[in-house]
Amino acid sequence: MSASQPLVTMKGRKDGLVLVMDEMCAYDALIDELKEKLSVNRHFYKEGPMISVKVQTGNRYISESQRSELVAVIRSYDHLQVESIESNVMTSEEFENKRIRERLTPITRIVRSGQVLSVEGNLLLIGDVNPGGTVSATGNVYILGALRGIACAGSSENESRSVIVASIMKPTQLRIGGRISRTEEEPMDELKNDHILECAYADPSLDKIVIDRLQTVLKRIDLPVLFAQP
Amino acid sequence: MGEAIVVTSGKGGVGKTTTSANIGTVLALQGKKVCLVDTDIGLRNLDVVMGLENRIIYDLVDVANGRCKLSQALVKDKRFDSLSMLPAAQTTDKLAVKPEEMKKMVDELKADFDYVIIDCPAGIERGFRNAVAGADHAIVVTTPEISSVRDADRIIGLLEQEKQITPPRLIINRIRQHMMKSGGMLEIDEIMNILAIDLLGIVLDDDVVIASSNKGEPVALNPNSKASQAYRNIGRRILGETVPLMTIEEKGGFLQKFRSLLGMR
Repeated sequence: MSASQPLVTMKGRKDGLVLVMDEMCAYDALIDELKEKLSVNRHFYKEGPMISVKVQTGNRYISESQRSELVAVIRSYDHLQVESIESNVMTSEEFENKRIRERLTPITRIVRSGQVLSVEGNLLLIGDVNPGGTVSATGNVYILGALRGIACAGSSENESRSVIVASIMKPTQLRIGGRISRTEEEPMDELKNDHILECAYADPSLDKIVIDRLQTVLKRIDLPVLFAQP
Repeated sequence: MGEAIVVTSGKGGVGKTTTSANIGTVLALQGKKVCLVDTDIGLRNLDVVMGLENRIIYDLVDVANGRCKLSQALVKDKRFDSLSMLPAAQTTDKLAVKPEEMKKMVDELKADFDYVIIDCPAGIERGFRNAVAGADHAIVVTTPEISSVRDADRIIGLLEQEKQITPPRLIINRIRQHMMKSGGMLEIDEIMNILAIDLLGIVLDDDVVIASSNKGEPVALNPNSKASQAYRNIGRRILGETVPLMTIEEKGGFLQKFRSLLGMR
């Protein structure tokens, strides 16, 4: 342990303390030095308001148990609390989960009665959800079309911060996280609306731009428009 | 090689059999060779509506089980030489025939007829799968009622999964003008909004339809009825003609299929 190359560097900032950790040394050496540094400087944060601490581990991967150990060490000093532990590294599994959680899946179709469309991540549905049909996403649900069936957002993680967006919002039921809400409308009312979604595309056979109802465009598989079906 | 068209609806009692009988009749009137196939095994009706019940000797199950040849089971219509019917069995149930056997029969019929019209039973189980097995095209029949439209939507979803069938077309049956006007029935636009498939035709509710069925005479043969005119139009559309929809009342622009922006490229 050379004095010129400290394993833990403490930086005081206006909004708290930043601990920069060496990324090459052994993890145990890091904890030892952290404990030492914190106790040497304990008079700085003996009293007064809480000081928030950001830990930066650089290119070192920090597992869940190491994360809790770091938090425990820092928390053992009364006036310190951990704001975040940042690492440049995550496992490929963590990355894959994050990628799925954040991705947007565009799907172009009509979800009809009895059909269930569910995706991981966020769903962008171009088309309608008819009564009796269900769409669900672990994240948010965006519908460019009429929602007349059931939509579930934040489905698997019980994520109550997810949202459901629809051009025409006439759902039978909405579910977000663990919550369920239902319509008080009569079945016939949910079919009534004058709102028509239109889609503009360049029609090669007419050689001009055409505006047509979205539903009609969805049927024109010959057009080089819209999204590839997954 | 002819075409096989399945007439289906999901819900019972919306007029599949009447529609099948009348489409078969109008196509025969147009000079086509047509075979009607009743796949509602155990609850057959098509023979009754066509007035051919007393001519049945063999049926579809006999053909499937090899008790007779397909040609022996066909019943010739009493009015048209070009119209035949393959009756369903009445003594057994839907499980008596497998979809593959059905497809084989329909393929055999397509070789001899211009059109094979398959009358599908209600429901989405084996009877439905039998009926769609050999079909190239599908017609979905619905009425302007919520429950019927729901079931039609479900059926369209199932038909869209049958890759060999072209996108289904819709017939809206039993339209009552006064109820649509008063808001007690769904309007055509609302139905089209939900189902989003091509409209093949609309048929007004007409007492004559029931009266003709009871006489074993398809209403399409009676040129004075509005329903008959509707079926004739549907027949012509199946043959590829462009026939405007019958006016029931002033209609908002669902016929207006697209607007183009003039001068824009």
